[in-house]
Amino acid sequence: MTDAALALPARRRRSSASYRLERRIKKGFLVVAVGLVLIYTLFPYYWAIVSSTKQGAALYRNTFLPAFDFTYYKALYENKIFLGSLVNSAFVASSTTALSLILGISAAYALGRIDFPQRRGVLMTILMISIFPQVVVLSGMFELINWLGLYNRPSALILTYLLATVPFTTWILTTFIREFPRELEEAAIIDGCSHFRILTKILLPLMGPSLASTGILAFILAWNEFLFALTFILTDENRTVPVAIGLMGGSSRYEYPFGQIMAASVTVTLPLIVLVLIFQRRIVAGLTAGAVKG
Amino acid sequence: MASVELKSVSKSYGGNPVIRGVDLAIRDGEFIVFVGPSGCGKSTLLRLIAGLVPVTEGEISIGGEPVTDVPASKRGIAFVFQSYALYPHMTVARNIGFALETLGLGRDAVRNKVAEVAKLLKVDHLLARRPRELSGGQRQRVAIGRALVRKPEVFLFDEPLSNLDSDLRMEMRIEIARLHDDIGTTMIYVTHDQAEAMTLADRIVVLNHGVIEQVGSPQELYHTPKSRFVAGFVGSPRMNFSPVKATGVGADWLLAGPGGLRVESHVTGNRSTPATIGVRPEALSIVAPGSGRLDGVIERIEDLGHEHFAYVRLDADNSWVIRLPARPREDRDTKVGLSFRDEDLFLFEESGARLDHAASHERSAAAVAQPSGGGMAA
Ligand SMILES: Nc1ncnc2c1ncn2[C@@H]1O[C@H](COP(=O)(O)OP(=O)(O)OP(=O)(O)O)[C@@H](O)[C@H]1O
Ligand SMILES: [Mg+2]
Repeated sequence: MTDAALALPARRRRSSASYRLERRIKKGFLVVAVGLVLIYTLFPYYWAIVSSTKQGAALYRNTFLPAFDFTYYKALYENKIFLGSLVNSAFVASSTTALSLILGISAAYALGRIDFPQRRGVLMTILMISIFPQVVVLSGMFELINWLGLYNRPSALILTYLLATVPFTTWILTTFIREFPRELEEAAIIDGCSHFRILTKILLPLMGPSLASTGILAFILAWNEFLFALTFILTDENRTVPVAIGLMGGSSRYEYPFGQIMAASVTVTLPLIVLVLIFQRRIVAGLTAGAVKG
Repeated sequence: MASVELKSVSKSYGGNPVIRGVDLAIRDGEFIVFVGPSGCGKSTLLRLIAGLVPVTEGEISIGGEPVTDVPASKRGIAFVFQSYALYPHMTVARNIGFALETLGLGRDAVRNKVAEVAKLLKVDHLLARRPRELSGGQRQRVAIGRALVRKPEVFLFDEPLSNLDSDLRMEMRIEIARLHDDIGTTMIYVTHDQAEAMTLADRIVVLNHGVIEQVGSPQELYHTPKSRFVAGFVGSPRMNFSPVKATGVGADWLLAGPGGLRVESHVTGNRSTPATIGVRPEALSIVAPGSGRLDGVIERIEDLGHEHFAYVRLDADNSWVIRLPARPREDRDTKVGLSFRDEDLFLFEESGARLDHAASHERSAAAVAQPSGGGMAA
């Protein structure tokens, strides 16, 4: 090896000022890009807020500022069916979240820690289940729900949502438990802990972030679900929010209650925003946990 | 306090043998150190004794009672892990007291015992902290405290000091030795560190590929290793080896090797052919070329202040290291002779077993005269 072979190609370095300019331009591009993404994701929600505060013909004029007229909101909060659907949604979504976390943790503990030959197969099956499109399982589910006598009951929704939420909670939590230091668990075993005590006293307290992130995802999924909620619920008083909004009618056949739907959409999104804000820090920690060591 | 006995213990992972027929009797109160190359099964053997992994075959007893199928928490052992394995979400006090808490001891009783242990290990001012707020040495103390609080009959350590820097390591080494003197509990200790093995052990167990090569006091292993493997493993820097060609001359062997080596040697006991010779770096001295046992060229000199290592190349394949108390007068690239005493010569046959020769008995005698770990040498 000669020094000449190792030397960098002889190219004149540009002036410091030109590097500074380059860095500024890059930064400018980044700001523009972030702005575009933000507008793309936030504008629909902003538009819903704006529309929900406008009356009648004002709706069809393209002004970007809200009119601060809360008539629709008042009407909405006097609407028994809508309020009922909020309660239903809260019940369905929180039960789904709680159940999928419990099932997910138990399954993940087994899959992540206990060595049994079928483990890989089980994990693959879980992954397969979670990629079926909803429509594929819809008719089969319908039979199952009927057979269990759950038709037109919110519990039917919980059962079907678990089909979607348990696989991904299991996957995420399995990854976490796999990366959990084995020696920590062995220390607990020597300290005399049962599997259950290890789970409750050692694993769960350390799993907060992963639980928060998977829990939120499950909650959002259950809260927003439309197809199953439309299919398995017959009567208005058992509906969940997305369907209730979708089926909102105007005072006549020809009127589309645009403002009211917008007001309802804004209201429905608020709980999610609050939840995400509360758990924000834990979620970020959870989603990146295990990505890098430390 | 308890003895530990392993009877032809084997362990395989998926048909892959890791521990193969290990027999070992550890006396009550003994300090045993496991050494061996990486992957030879030291940790596995320790985990088998702890009950963290089930044995594939064989029997383990602790304190004379068979415990082969007894769960880890009921074996009366405590384990100190290399990574400390402290519970990150608990304070130091809870970390130490967790085992007692699990046992269902009352709050006050737990607090008293924790305070007692914390004081012994000088971590009583840290009780309210979390593990991440501690230094490495403090974490290690807490880990030992957690083990100590259970009043175990056998202490198991898996490379407990390997994450510490060398000063702290020496300090903790002395503390562990003191702890053993104070409580007198049987201890089994895995390490890579020569100094830890030599200073702490009553007896060292040398493992190789899941088999015990030799068990003995540090002095026995140093002076009378059973095989080339043990000779190369105990002592630092390791023993110099060279292949030799042996020609029979009457009852003696004439050995010829690299660097113009010519030694006459009278092998006693079984008269098999020596294939390798070994000389420890500290047994060699530098003399004028031609006046020693063999010649070579100094390739490199390392100056550590209190000692010096000279690397001498004998031929293309063989380079020996010499340990010297002072910097040699000779410079790099000078030709030198090396000399050693007859009793410092080790002979090994093709299979690696060590051969006794006429002079080696003097060395064995020296080994026995050495004050070894309280007459524990078996
Ligand atoms: N759970 C396991 N499954 C499969 N093989 C294993 C398992 N644990 C250990 N082994 C294998 O057993 C052998 C011995 O491992 P062990 O951890 O006991 O080595 P060690 O002597 O402690 O090494 P080191 O000095 O590097 O810590 C290694 O080859 C390792 O790959
Ligand atoms: Mg190990």
